[in-house]
Amino acid sequence: MNKHLQAIIVPVVAVIVFLVFWEGLVWVNGWPTYKMAAPSDLPEAFERHWSLFLTMGWQTLWRTILGLLLAVLFGTALGMIMGFSRIMRDALYPLLVGFNAIPKATVVPIVALMFVGQHDFNTVLLAFMISFFPIAVSVSIGLSTLEPEYRDILRSLGASQATIFWKIALPKTLPEFFGALKVAVTLAFIGTNLMEIVSPHGRGLGALFDSGRTNSDFPLMFAVLIALAFLGIVLYYIVVALEKIFAGWAERTPG
Amino acid sequence: MENLINIKGVRHAYQTDAGPLPVLDGLEIGVPEGGFVAVVGPSGCGKSTLTRLVAGLMKPDHGEVWLHGERVKGPRSTVGMAFQNPVLLEWRTILKNVLLPLEIVPSKLSKKEAEDRARFLLSLVGLDGFEDKRPSELSGGMRQRASLCRALIHQPEVLILDEPFGALDAFTREDLWQTMHKVKEREPFTGVLITHDLRESIFLADQVVVLSGRPARTQYVLDIPRKSAPTLDDLYTPEAAEQLNILRHQIQVAQGRAPEGTT
Repeated sequence: MNKHLQAIIVPVVAVIVFLVFWEGLVWVNGWPTYKMAAPSDLPEAFERHWSLFLTMGWQTLWRTILGLLLAVLFGTALGMIMGFSRIMRDALYPLLVGFNAIPKATVVPIVALMFVGQHDFNTVLLAFMISFFPIAVSVSIGLSTLEPEYRDILRSLGASQATIFWKIALPKTLPEFFGALKVAVTLAFIGTNLMEIVSPHGRGLGALFDSGRTNSDFPLMFAVLIALAFLGIVLYYIVVALEKIFAGWAERTPG
Repeated sequence: MENLINIKGVRHAYQTDAGPLPVLDGLEIGVPEGGFVAVVGPSGCGKSTLTRLVAGLMKPDHGEVWLHGERVKGPRSTVGMAFQNPVLLEWRTILKNVLLPLEIVPSKLSKKEAEDRARFLLSLVGLDGFEDKRPSELSGGMRQRASLCRALIHQPEVLILDEPFGALDAFTREDLWQTMHKVKEREPFTGVLITHDLRESIFLADQVVVLSGRPARTQYVLDIPRKSAPTLDDLYTPEAAEQLNILRHQIQVAQGRAPEGTT
């Protein structure tokens, strides 16, 4: 089979198999929609709230992306500090691990109280807080495990630390960075939705999910989950495309 | 005649948790312009420290390293280095890897001239046609050849080779020895070669320096009469056997396994 065609057909078939299995599961058990909605219930929910899905999906998307961008900037800077300085690494790791170990659901009410009414800000903040950790760790590991010979090749010619960073350390860290970014993408969605669901008068898909819950509109809740999954997949593949452009050299053809 | 590389009375110790660990103690090495000195010695005797000193990557506690009549105080662009690990940049093509030093060192060459020179060096080591390949597409021996070109691209006065062929299989290694002679003929350099391989040392160098065990001092110096266009057959002559015998004995002395003065 043509390789490009295969790359598209295989995942599409997998999604169809998954939907058929889901539909069959609900049908065989005879579950009502308040127990579990079937895929066949969803088109109707999407149709009924189509304009809401568009506006709220957009709200969720831009907040997630903004939070993610901040996480990339902050995480990279933090990773650089920890990657280059042994002392900073020893000092910051316990703090960072401790911070990451706190379930972010517990942070939501604190943030919501701290910045009352700043809904956009709060949501972006949570997406950022939940997703910078893997980026910081991967950048710091990428930099601190750079073999000394790589440094020596340029240093013996009189290159500055900055030159060594741009020419060697940074590109060499890119594969790890993109690996972490893939994790961070899905985490950022979790952060955005935590805030959107929990905080009152929220916006975004999380709030739509919550209104489905209060109105016992179960197909709507499942439709939101599907919409979130869809956004997650889109953002993930955007990262994959960026990875191909900037770190495609690291990919080996298997076999 | 003034030597191009002069290492005078160098002593150096690393600071460890258990106190200072002396690695070099009374090192004397002189390499005339165009000379090629091989440094052999027991494992862990400080040979790699020596390369870092000559490259200006570190300063000795005592003694002096001179390059071309100037005392080495820091890194200098007139040095080319190659290590056992070829450390090619995986995200660059072979050609761009070879050109890397010219992005650091000021060069009179135009972009076109630099590329032509890189292509010339690559063809000299037998890598023509691989300019646009990535390092991951090359074998270990080919990567080492590319690494050699990178070390030479900026026409360094001094070439420092730290066990460059150590990780290669025997046949590839012998191939590269012959390549080295070809390169030296076309692109003369003054070289220091760190190696564990005695046959390599007498085949490539015109002087072999044996270091003692740690802390290393210059224990023995063997001059190898320069041969024009040597072949691998030269390693199986009575003279070569004699030289190898002397060196093997000296290494045993350095390891403390044979008394000095016996052969």
